Amino acid sequence: MELRKSYFADQRKDDLHEIGQPRPRSDSPGHVTGKTAYFADRNFPGMLHLKMVRSPYHHARIRSIDTSEAQMHPGVVKILTAKDVPHNVYTILILIQIGPEDETVLADGKVRWKGEAVVAVLAETERAAQEATAKVKVDYEVLPAVFDMEEALKPGAPVVNEYHGRNYYLYDSGECRKVRFGDVEAGFAGADHVLEQTYQSSPIEHAPTETTGCIVAPEGNDRFTCYTNTQAMFFTLDNASIILQMPGNRLHFVGGTVGGGFGGKVDVIVEPIAILGAKLTGRPVSFIYSREEEMQISSPRAAEKVVIKDGAMKDGRIVARKVTGYTDAGAYSRHSPYGAQKGAGHYPGPYTIPNVWIDTYCVYTNRTPSSAMRGFGVTIGDFALEVQMDKLARLIGMDPLEFRFINAYRDGDMKAHRQPTEGAALIECMQEASRAANWPVAEKFMAMSSYAKGA
Amino acid sequence: MAIKRGRGVAAINYPTGMNLGGDPTQALVHSTPTGNFMVTLSSVDLGQGMKQIMAQICAETIGVPTDRVVVDTADTDTGPHCMGTFASRGTHRAGNAVIQAAREARQVMLEVAAEELEVNASDLETDGQGNILVKGAPQRSISIFDVALSAHFKRGRSISGRGMFLIPRSYPEKETGAMKPSTCYAHACTVAEVEVDDETGEITVLTVKNVFEIGRALNPKMVEQQLVGGSWMGISHALYETTEPYYPDRDHGGTDFNQYLMPGPGDLAQTEIIVLERPSADGPYGAKGPGEMCANPQIPAIANAVFDAVGVRIDTLPITPERILRALKAQASN
Repeated sequence: MELRKSYFADQRKDDLHEIGQPRPRSDSPGHVTGKTAYFADRNFPGMLHLKMVRSPYHHARIRSIDTSEAQMHPGVVKILTAKDVPHNVYTILILIQIGPEDETVLADGKVRWKGEAVVAVLAETERAAQEATAKVKVDYEVLPAVFDMEEALKPGAPVVNEYHGRNYYLYDSGECRKVRFGDVEAGFAGADHVLEQTYQSSPIEHAPTETTGCIVAPEGNDRFTCYTNTQAMFFTLDNASIILQMPGNRLHFVGGTVGGGFGGKVDVIVEPIAILGAKLTGRPVSFIYSREEEMQISSPRAAEKVVIKDGAMKDGRIVARKVTGYTDAGAYSRHSPYGAQKGAGHYPGPYTIPNVWIDTYCVYTNRTPSSAMRGFGVTIGDFALEVQMDKLARLIGMDPLEFRFINAYRDGDMKAHRQPTEGAALIECMQEASRAANWPVAEKFMAMSSYAKGA
Repeated sequence: MAIKRGRGVAAINYPTGMNLGGDPTQALVHSTPTGNFMVTLSSVDLGQGMKQIMAQICAETIGVPTDRVVVDTADTDTGPHCMGTFASRGTHRAGNAVIQAAREARQVMLEVAAEELEVNASDLETDGQGNILVKGAPQRSISIFDVALSAHFKRGRSISGRGMFLIPRSYPEKETGAMKPSTCYAHACTVAEVEVDDETGEITVLTVKNVFEIGRALNPKMVEQQLVGGSWMGISHALYETTEPYYPDRDHGGTDFNQYLMPGPGDLAQTEIIVLERPSADGPYGAKGPGEMCANPQIPAIANAVFDAVGVRIDTLPITPERILRALKAQASN
């Protein structure tokens, strides 16, 4: 890595002592010698192991659940179903008033994705818990499922989630989050070139080294300590408090040393049910995802579809950009309505375009609920935007890098969501990339500045 | 049939934090009788090194070496509230809270030192080595250890501070979408070079040259670990990863690291990282959040390089050999 101090030297005082120094990390010797303690390194006497009975179907009505045989399995201590969960229907963003509550801790009457948790089994050993899950008998009536976002949005499509009543999230702005800036149709009408293209992705796993999990220990005074690898301590505590209808002062969360998150540990999935198990048995409870659960059960990055229509002039200026984004939330909201909205605030990318129209949809399908992941609401959008930029440059007949200089945002430019640009540095990044990659651009672009007047 | 070479570019920006729900983090700082400082948080270190960075920020603000600071975090009984570690917010939000708390603690520390040295607190400065000196007369000094002892046992002062950083909630305007979804933006430009085998569809990423603008590199070695790792993840997203390879078909999803494709060491490109620093107006010592954005520009840069190499556009991720071959076949039949 090289620090190029020549850029922005007038914007910066290099007079610091500790900041800017490559101090060795105080925690790395522990990490590389195996001394660091993670949540799963705790082992309490009498600890129970929790395993889930999961739906084998993408969409089904539950006619009945029979746990009698599983109950008799050696080592089984407790079996939990929906009726044991005090506030079974929840949604995590209710903490910031983004509802409705749309997800069950344990399925109640219906499953909406393959792998959904139906029954929790607590046993003396992991093996006993796993074996007993196979003895829980669930009678399902399979329902039609929908996997494709376009199909899901058609009239008459099977309704994935009755708490929404439609296969998309209803924002206060309507069926999508909207950004309107200038007159996009007038922009297209006056453009020399118009290009509309569609980009798609599929779900992506966070793939942390340490799988999602927690260990809960009753403290003997009606308080419960939850050792967890959540990325958000109070967010998880507050949601557990709602689900369990238990005052927050009875919950004590300990964490903070995590073997990789990437956004995969901000859903509140393992903690509430493990705390409930500890409360109902009076014993410590461990609930840790297997690698298979981490890969196919825990939320992935959403699949997205992005349609971009651009109008551009022969001289390289983009005069209009219309983006329609679709986020495949899977069966439940989790963080997805927020991610789709974050996309609306990110488009049209780091370019100054006078006419912009953005619609972002959060769509429900019968698949593993997606949620936050590194670059939430942005990563796939950037893929779409920057491939589109390459196509536009070639369509106009310009060098792709020079084309970006022409449109790059600078300090003071108004963004589509009506915030003035501050602290821009796209131009300087491209100038340095031009040098580093030996990709020459015209001298006038090398003389540009994100902030200097007249440059 | 041949191996063809191409290169592509992408340029991006990335927001720090997500304040469409309000974005607060708090910090507490206090000294122990040994003259060391404790930072208490409830933020989570995901392995990226948050504890180390918070220690350096506290040390810089108080004016002591970093090894005099200990960070205690992620216990809800002791740590003040933090929204969590996500949205590239940790360093920015918690760092600002730590600065505020450390400033308050530093002020008490200087007041106690001033009483011991019989001068005004405003006439004192720290030497960054654990001592407090009278400005212009450095021979008159007191160690921070002695100041801590004096505060605890003689002056009855608590050398401590409270810090709070809050970005208030922004509600998007319904019709126009006017909103303030985040604070400062980090930037990047990546140039990728690839080879594509038009017989097998296999892609080799030869080089990835990344330029990142991140506000301020608070700890350059830690910045490097994050940016290099992110750049590799970008390659992985571009070419390999998905839990549903035939999306929207639900089948064929990997359930372990044998089936879920990710690059191995031999699949990673020669990686170059160049960092620019344009300090942000609201960041701790000018820092922006580079955590997420560093994995984004490689994806479109590789997609564009593939087009440059073989003349087909793969607009669906990941860019697999199968998709390349199908596109080449379609191109040949046109």
